[in-house]
Amino acid sequence: MSDSTPAVTRAAAETAAADGGAPPRAASSIRLEGLHKRFGRDTVALDGVDLTIEAGEFFTLLGPSGCGKTTLLRILAGLEEPNAGRLWIGGRDVTDTPPHRRSVNTVFQSYALFPHLSVRDNLAFGLRMRGESAAERERKVAEVAEFIQLGSLVERRVDQLSGGQKQRIALARALVCEPDVLLLDEPLSALDAGLRSQLQVELQRLQKRLGMTFVFVTHDQDEAMVMSDRIAVLDGGVIQQVGTPSEVYEHPANAFVARFMGHDNLVAITAVDGDRVETRLGWLRLAPAERRAESDGWLLIRPETLVLDDALPEGYNRLEGTVEERLYRGSRIEYRVTVNGQPLMVVASNLGQRMHEIGDRVVIGVCPEDLVRVAA
Amino acid sequence: MVESSLTASRRRAVVGETRHLLFSVTPGAAWITVFLVLPSLYLMAVAFMTNGPYGLPEMPLSLDAFRQLAGFGFLGWSPGNLYTLLRSLWQTVVSTALVVVVAYPLAYYITTCRERWRPLMLLAVVVPSWTNQVIRTFGWMNLLAPGTPLSDLAESLGLIGPHMGLYPSDFAVTLGLVYNFLPFMVLPLYAAFEKLDVAQVQAAQDLYASPVRAFRHAVFPQTLPGLLAGTVLVAIPAFGMYVIPELLGGGKSMMLGNLVARQFSGGSNWPLGAAGAILMLLATFVGLYAMRRIGRRLGGGEEVVI
Repeated sequence: MSDSTPAVTRAAAETAAADGGAPPRAASSIRLEGLHKRFGRDTVALDGVDLTIEAGEFFTLLGPSGCGKTTLLRILAGLEEPNAGRLWIGGRDVTDTPPHRRSVNTVFQSYALFPHLSVRDNLAFGLRMRGESAAERERKVAEVAEFIQLGSLVERRVDQLSGGQKQRIALARALVCEPDVLLLDEPLSALDAGLRSQLQVELQRLQKRLGMTFVFVTHDQDEAMVMSDRIAVLDGGVIQQVGTPSEVYEHPANAFVARFMGHDNLVAITAVDGDRVETRLGWLRLAPAERRAESDGWLLIRPETLVLDDALPEGYNRLEGTVEERLYRGSRIEYRVTVNGQPLMVVASNLGQRMHEIGDRVVIGVCPEDLVRVAA
Repeated sequence: MVESSLTASRRRAVVGETRHLLFSVTPGAAWITVFLVLPSLYLMAVAFMTNGPYGLPEMPLSLDAFRQLAGFGFLGWSPGNLYTLLRSLWQTVVSTALVVVVAYPLAYYITTCRERWRPLMLLAVVVPSWTNQVIRTFGWMNLLAPGTPLSDLAESLGLIGPHMGLYPSDFAVTLGLVYNFLPFMVLPLYAAFEKLDVAQVQAAQDLYASPVRAFRHAVFPQTLPGLLAGTVLVAIPAFGMYVIPELLGGGKSMMLGNLVARQFSGGSNWPLGAAGAILMLLATFVGLYAMRRIGRRLGGGEEVVI
């Protein structure tokens, strides 16, 4: 297959063949150094961001609203200028390059489709602005429309599309330009849950097939974990942690990341004695790797690692508590247990075992290997 | 059996609906008939009658009025009326274009302001039109008359001859028209701009459009319905304008409206006035049709409602 073949065509061909092999296109890496962005006099959106995004990576900027993730994305697109810092895309310094000269395309949260143009003209917009010939435009638009399986919609007007269709058209309008980097600003947030999880999988597959660098913005940690190669968690305009989904989930860098990743069981450490720490739950033994002299920070106890059983394996920490609440989730059962007045979430896989009733006294086993110390 | 009862009930429904429709349409239709259709028919009839000794229409029917309108009088052909028609067209085109030039950025600017200031700014645009048009036009006379600071300034810049004053002149008429019709362009344009999503402009830039091309391809087409609506609201009344050329033109800058008005008010020639009014009506229809065509072409085949 020649190099001039559009990425989407190649990707489509590859789906027909088999997966694997080298990425089909030369993706671009991104490097950010010391990015600062202020709005007005005292709203700091980004406060010194350094970050490297590898070529061909599915990278997610994750954080609550107002954390600076969208600002960062808009700086990558060129729609916002940083007050300080530099930005390289594909090794080229593009800090001062206007958006229309960057080989970067964006899928906007509101989709931002042009209501005065047909779907076809929306898809061709970028190609037309770039000065590609009518024949070339027609070919690429037909290809991308087929690729996203919306070929039958090209004559429609934008206001005749459903939300999911608009989302796909917005994606296709960006993809057809074959940018070095594709930016996605919460593109799934307006869709209902079913469509959303379906598109999460589709987007992730698509990115792997195209081998294009994707930078994805979301406030939904589940979405981030499902889709990403790596995640940067932002808060207050500062990157709190960068890592793979399992690194960020299992070893959060601080209490903010832990809470944001959905951890409920975070208990303050009050004292340290060798390989044991004291919390409101009582004294707990840690694995040697987590041994540290400082008696501050938090202890992260993942609910799914806890064992509800009277007969505990050797070496387990043993806690006793009362069941306060039970949520039956089908595949799993969630208990809220109080231990020494401290609430603790316990998640048990539903394997047909006897369920505990509210008010039951239960023994909770905590494996030292599953305990993680988290900085304040 | 079942079928016939169905038909009967359907017929009853149709009758009911027709009655309902009649009730809702009749008052409007009656209004239009009495105040628009009948007077227009009367006007048309007058245009084809002969001018009597006291300026009132008389029988027999003739084309005299149209002949006079075209410039044929007792002393042969004169270009006066033709000039008046051309001046009306020219003033309409120039003042509408100037209104667009002022209103387009103004409407855009208002949409970029904070939301709580916008109604106030729109109000500032509209408030002058709450004052009587004649009074406002007299105001301009006082501002532009010879010896006023504006006239002196224009004179010292060599724009006008000594003691000429900016009024009376074609310029004063244009200025008066632009001033008078500005709100009618600003409001529909503001509505168009307000509907526009900023993200679309950014999307255009993201898709390789320079700022100029983003405006041309993403912004301008979306404001076109507002622009065309504003053009119709400005150009049609401007074409038939009477007060402004009467007061600011000083008799030298007569427009079609003044020509028509003179035939009726002076009691000089009703059939000629009626013929002028019909010409004005025809020109308006031609203009509207042209706007529709333009709208359709620029709007990419899409219906632009005027």
